[in-house]
Amino acid sequence: MVNLKKYNALSRYFVLILTVFTLLSCAEKKLYVDKIEGKQIPVTESFSQTQSIEDFIAPYRKHIDDDLNTVLAYAPESIDKKGMWQTKIGNLQSTVTLASSNKIFQMRENKSVDICLLNNGGIRAIINKGNITTRTAFELMPFENNLVVVALKGEQIVEMVNYIIEKKTPHPLAGLTFTIDKNNVAKNILVQNKPLDLQKTYYVATNDYLYNGGDNMNFFKKSTAVFDLDYKVRNVWVDYFKEVDTIPILTDIRIVKEN
Amino acid sequence: MKRRDFIQKTATGSAILALPSLPLMSFGKPDIKHLTILHTNDVHSHIDPFPADDSRNPNKGGVSRRASLIDSIRKENPNVLLLDAGDIFQGTPYFNYYGGELEFKLMSMLKYDLATMGNHDFDNGIEGFYAQLPHAKFDFVSANYDFKNTILNEIVKPYKVFNKGGIKIGVFGLGIKLEGLVDKKMYQETVYNNPIETAEEMTRILKHEEKCDLIICLSHLGYHYQNAPENISDLNLAKKTKDIDLIIGGHTHTFLEKPTIVLNKMGEQTLVNQVGCYGINLGRIDFYFDYNKNKTHEGRTIVV
Repeated sequence: MVNLKKYNALSRYFVLILTVFTLLSCAEKKLYVDKIEGKQIPVTESFSQTQSIEDFIAPYRKHIDDDLNTVLAYAPESIDKKGMWQTKIGNLQSTVTLASSNKIFQMRENKSVDICLLNNGGIRAIINKGNITTRTAFELMPFENNLVVVALKGEQIVEMVNYIIEKKTPHPLAGLTFTIDKNNVAKNILVQNKPLDLQKTYYVATNDYLYNGGDNMNFFKKSTAVFDLDYKVRNVWVDYFKEVDTIPILTDIRIVKEN
Repeated sequence: MKRRDFIQKTATGSAILALPSLPLMSFGKPDIKHLTILHTNDVHSHIDPFPADDSRNPNKGGVSRRASLIDSIRKENPNVLLLDAGDIFQGTPYFNYYGGELEFKLMSMLKYDLATMGNHDFDNGIEGFYAQLPHAKFDFVSANYDFKNTILNEIVKPYKVFNKGGIKIGVFGLGIKLEGLVDKKMYQETVYNNPIETAEEMTRILKHEEKCDLIICLSHLGYHYQNAPENISDLNLAKKTKDIDLIIGGHTHTFLEKPTIVLNKMGEQTLVNQVGCYGINLGRIDFYFDYNKNKTHEGRTIVV
């Protein structure tokens, strides 16, 4: 206890020094960036796995794998995207989608879906010959897009036909058939096997991406009504695969090109 | 000796010992001068590494490997900020099955500090994003999305200030225009504001009000648009603003050989980086600080 006073005095003196230093450094010293080094590090096998993270992921991974690997159907041959005006996979998707959207639309609105138009770019994989699993549906359609039914006048169906002729892309198409003559003009336009009526309202199943202007399908913007089916495009595939055993190969010609 | 005396004596003694380094200790800042920024972007739910037979990225990526890489860096320098520039969601069934829960939980285990929102983070709607937030132990920032009339109001803030060993780091977020890219029913009443004007306001606040030593922009605007070079992008943002030290970008899945040095509107060097996508790479930017009287922005050395 004897020395305590001395220490107190010293520490008071010290506080004074500290204050002066602080004031000085406030005036003069500022933090600044002297040097920057930037690089990127590839994440490769050279870094070991972290066991705690692996263990955490494992049950999630197992649940997904078990579900995705479930065999739902069988493809007798590969169903691919080859073709100028229509493809095997486009024919299948549009036919299946027309049927399943029609089922919901009948129930909810008591009306029939006449046409289905989707986009070729929205099919992200093909169906290989052999077993089809839930994983196949995820590969075909990784996005979360929904089905919608759009009401269009006959005039817009003509715009749709002209769009298809102009873009020369085999978009999945069902319920609508036509012929392109040698002058690149459409003729013999049939909806559900009946001649197109310009005054009539037709119901077209598509996805919300296209309805919102995707792929420049601007004719959808002139719709008089739209119905969200709250049905994911992927789930159309999943439900269809669950329903069928062997997938049919649809090679019917929906767009005829005259030379 | 009584315990109190001992403490007093020891305290004074160590204060004297600390005298030589006093200038650095002022403002109560300890003597740390090295900050490491680690970053990812557009991981898109890629939790597992690509399979060995993948045609493009065999055996690359994987959260569990990224974790050990980040761990080793934290051991080398504990002053780390781990950031993500958006599009955490969408790309593997992990997202389709769990809606982003696993992504957020893993990022929390890796101790991410902050992220911004990419357009795909709206893929399950603003409610879908909100529903997963309890799984994230890190915050989200976005300065040019006005969430006032949405459930994210006051939850996603414009910026966040970190204090890492006495260094103040301000990080603000910028998001891409949602109209035409994301369905309106997903982003609802989110208002998109001009990124450059927003960035000017943010840098003013972070530099002059928050008195940050370093300003970082977490951007999901995209690196550069070759077919529309005038569109807002990270390169244009860097050129047209000032006081941003680093822009960490995303959206365009741009693989850069090294970070890009851009001269800002004051002619000062700023850094733009993006590390591709899917967790294939981790970005690392090291800042070395010093105290000096008259040293300015131009005095810095950038090694890339």
